Amino acid sequence: MANDPFDYAPAPESRSVVDIKSSYGLFINGEFVAGGGKSFKTISPSTEEVLSEVAEADADDVDKAVKAARRAYSRVWSRMSGAERGKYLFRIARIIQERAREIAVLESIDNGKPIKESRDVDIPTAAAHFFYYAGWADKLEHAGFGPDPQSLGVAGQVIPWNFPFLMLAWKIAPALATGNTVVLKPAETTPLTALLFAEICQQADLPPGVVNIVTGAGTTGQALVSHEDVDKVAFTGSTAVGRAIARAVAGSRKKVTLELGGKAANIVFDDAPIDQAIEGIVTGIFFNQGHVCCAGSRLLVQESVAEEVLERLKRRMGTLRVGDPLDKNTDVGAINSDRQLQRIRELADVGEAEGAGRWSPTCDLPDHGFWFPPTIFTGVSQAHRIAREEIFGPVLSVLTFRTPKEAVEKANNTPYGLSAGIWSDKGSRTLWMAGQLRAGVVWSNTFNKFDPASPFGGYKESGYGREGGRHGLEGYLKGGQ
Amino acid sequence: MVRTSSRTTERIDVRKTYKLYVGGSFPRSESGRSYAVTDARGRFWANASHASRKDARDAVTAARSAFGGWSARPAYNRGQVVYRIAEVLEDRRDQFEAELRAAEGATAAKARAQVDASVDRLVWYAGWADKLAQVTGGANPVAGPYFNHTAPEPSGVVAVVAPTSPLLGLVSVVAPVIVTGNTAVVIASEPYPLTSITLAEVMATSDVPGGVVNVLTGPQAEIAPWLASHMDVNGIDLTGVGDVELGRNLEIEAAENLKRVRRPGVEDLLATPALDRMTTFQEHKTVWHPMGL
Amino acid sequence: MTLLSSAGSFTDATSSDASLHRFLHGLPGVDQVGVEQRAAGLGTRSIKTSAKEFAIDLAIRMVDLTTLEGSDTPGKVRALASKAMRPDPADQTCPPVAAVCVYPDMVPFAKETLGASGVRVASVATAFPSGRAARDVKLADVNDAVDAGADEIDMVIDRGAFLAGRYLEVYEEIAAVREACARPDGRSAHLKVIFETGELQTYDNVRRASWLAMLAGGHFIKTSTGKVQPAATLPVTLVMLEAVRDFREATGQMVGVKPAGGIRSTKDAIKYLVMVNETCGPDWLDPDWFRFGASTLLNDLLMQRTKMTTGRYSGPDYFTLD
Repeated sequence: MANDPFDYAPAPESRSVVDIKSSYGLFINGEFVAGGGKSFKTISPSTEEVLSEVAEADADDVDKAVKAARRAYSRVWSRMSGAERGKYLFRIARIIQERAREIAVLESIDNGKPIKESRDVDIPTAAAHFFYYAGWADKLEHAGFGPDPQSLGVAGQVIPWNFPFLMLAWKIAPALATGNTVVLKPAETTPLTALLFAEICQQADLPPGVVNIVTGAGTTGQALVSHEDVDKVAFTGSTAVGRAIARAVAGSRKKVTLELGGKAANIVFDDAPIDQAIEGIVTGIFFNQGHVCCAGSRLLVQESVAEEVLERLKRRMGTLRVGDPLDKNTDVGAINSDRQLQRIRELADVGEAEGAGRWSPTCDLPDHGFWFPPTIFTGVSQAHRIAREEIFGPVLSVLTFRTPKEAVEKANNTPYGLSAGIWSDKGSRTLWMAGQLRAGVVWSNTFNKFDPASPFGGYKESGYGREGGRHGLEGYLKGGQ
Repeated sequence: MVRTSSRTTERIDVRKTYKLYVGGSFPRSESGRSYAVTDARGRFWANASHASRKDARDAVTAARSAFGGWSARPAYNRGQVVYRIAEVLEDRRDQFEAELRAAEGATAAKARAQVDASVDRLVWYAGWADKLAQVTGGANPVAGPYFNHTAPEPSGVVAVVAPTSPLLGLVSVVAPVIVTGNTAVVIASEPYPLTSITLAEVMATSDVPGGVVNVLTGPQAEIAPWLASHMDVNGIDLTGVGDVELGRNLEIEAAENLKRVRRPGVEDLLATPALDRMTTFQEHKTVWHPMGL
Repeated sequence: MTLLSSAGSFTDATSSDASLHRFLHGLPGVDQVGVEQRAAGLGTRSIKTSAKEFAIDLAIRMVDLTTLEGSDTPGKVRALASKAMRPDPADQTCPPVAAVCVYPDMVPFAKETLGASGVRVASVATAFPSGRAARDVKLADVNDAVDAGADEIDMVIDRGAFLAGRYLEVYEEIAAVREACARPDGRSAHLKVIFETGELQTYDNVRRASWLAMLAGGHFIKTSTGKVQPAATLPVTLVMLEAVRDFREATGQMVGVKPAGGIRSTKDAIKYLVMVNETCGPDWLDPDWFRFGASTLLNDLLMQRTKMTTGRYSGPDYFTLD
């Protein structure tokens, strides 16, 4: 929109609401403590500015955190009534609501996602998640898991960088509601909002040790999930790491839930509500820069309307505003890390080399930071790598189909099975499709919708277990492991 | 607030006028009538409004007009509103403890226990807002190519005859009715109406939309029949009806438009409730839809 | 859904009631939840500083300053017309509005005041607002207004016929009114076609009505009379903007859009402009192609305009009432 007379002036959200310390320790037993010595830098992916120096937890630190969690579990948390546990969670939900803007800004700085998303999606949904599970804490006997459901003990939780605060909420809220205590490791590129959450626990007077936050990279996570006094492992991240975790816990009594990668099909029929379908395609793949495990990264469009859909999609992509995550009008922010940017570039290059047609709207990308323009590949077939591998970026592969059965076959022709989308005005076929698709979440005439009351999780190599809803309690209660 | 003796201080108390709570406002009874309420020691405390059949009618109208908006709110939002009542009640606990002691002659410990239980009860019900459907509804595996799904919906306007206990009693009967999306017309405890009106003030300042809860004070034998026979009331909770004959007559009146009825009788209010106070005033809707190409 | 490919068959589409029905019901559906979410999303755009100044002046230039009351008098209309030319007497840089919108019998008084100022006179017609009259009466109403010098005619469609599925009847009536807009000098008054979207209720109907009116030759499509609630809303206007965008894609012709009724604040007006910008593109950011049917909106725009220059919030006492 270069020649647009209505050129939106910059509308930056103020950074003054956040206070980033120059260094952070680990949050163990209710207080911030120095780690074993090593530390790492967290940077802003939109500017490459160093934001803070964060302690890197080693095996000893992890052990201290697990011990603190165990102590809190046996002395306080497991003895407390569900109603009283629930009150702590309600408090946390309220403090998140009260400090929503601060958390949103910090999230956008550390992660690179548009403030519009952190403000309107991530943080409100995180608060809602705590609110929802707070209400379960004193109703577990009604949840359908037996008359007297029991907690597991200490949960070791490892979360990704794409929705740092929201994934924290998804992990911690059900764990605490069911009576477990937690050691959580945020991703090494996005530790700051988890550390802010530690402050929230302090403000809520949460008993020390109930929540412990250990920062670090893969080795820290490994130490946590393989710690012998951890009763539960919850992981969200790549399928490769998920597989490694499944191996590591073999032979133990640890209960495991894994929420892993995806390569979702977003299926558009010729009778789709077309303008909403275009929005759904855009939301499906460009929401959060495509850093979404359930992203609709494969567009399956019925041949008879493929040309028109593509034309409209391109026009719509021309209005996407890529840039400063803190600008309130930004639609697509920064890629989270240099490493991820290299991965996206590599796969996009492969797509081109394999003969797919690459297209991006013209957009001025900032000079500093990690950026990748919204991109689509046309003429993609099932054999292309970009149709099979999770890119985890703003890159859409477009394929076509002729019949509903062909759409189902193509959609299911992947080792993944996290989500899928169906766009059609014919309800009967939509429900038939939903029945055929091997995916844990199927959206119809919408995409990328999340709600605390709604379970989420994958089929096949997208992992096992469900987070959210009544089903999300099961992974934190005894039985079934 | 309970009056303090004006003889020991130079200052004369400003007394609160206790009125009805209808449509989010606090009107006097249209009848202009009131009745004297005394404290536990038999001393005059205040005049409570004596609600008439017309007040009951107005309250039903208010409840009906609030029903559309309230029932359409996301369950999450209704839960937050009910939780907000708990927050504000907790904040005013001293006042309620004092009122319970003055009104019923309760001991400090007993008054505290009542307030504690009332706040916790509200929190408990608040959490049900977005969970009841997950427990009482669900997918039905019918034999055939059909998507078949059942979900609860609120019945509509529910009349409630509250039990004697003016705080815990009222909370225990009103919270389950409204948290699921119904709106309520409540006849407050006849002997202890004032605390219920104070509780209405809590609701009025807790983001509860006007008309969702309406509180009438006055003789239940006079007001309840008008609500039981009202054709725009969908359910009636007779928990607080003490008189057996009155209870039977109210049920007979309620039969005319087949109101959902909860029969008279109060459970142990300090115990954790079951789900029946919610499910009595819920409809269950089953949707069939074919699944096919 | 294949709008573009069917571009050639538009003449066939209007050849019979059956074919028009087929065409309109073959248009892609509109999902209510989706369109409302999209409109709400566009409503979160943050328009500041220079962009806001641009938007406020543009919005003022797009206002059809309206009075449509049974109590209207020549004096009231003259005062409104004066205000239309100089919305802010204290500030010469403030642009005039697009038009004054009145009932047919008030057209001469508006015309007399506005003269050659460039501010146009729009007249409602066709038994506004209900449209319940014989076609002859409606056309006579239009002729009256055109003869009196109206530059623009805001007609209402026959919602009864539309909802009953008698699309060809509605089509022919719009076409007839369009003909009646012709003036002796060979030029034609611009025709705005009002749907009364509050009565059409569904977005599918709004999209069908949009295409019907465009096929029949309407220059503008307009949401509402202002006499029925809900009047203009962002999602309804979004569906209409998508229709004019698609119509240009298919035929090359541009049609204007006018939301009317219920737009009272600068904040609302800017949301509409953002939606125009991001749905149809900058070509429509012009009073020739987008209008606001409003009365109280203008003063709020003026107050915000003053705020932009003085840095102080203004108050209603500082702006004229008309």
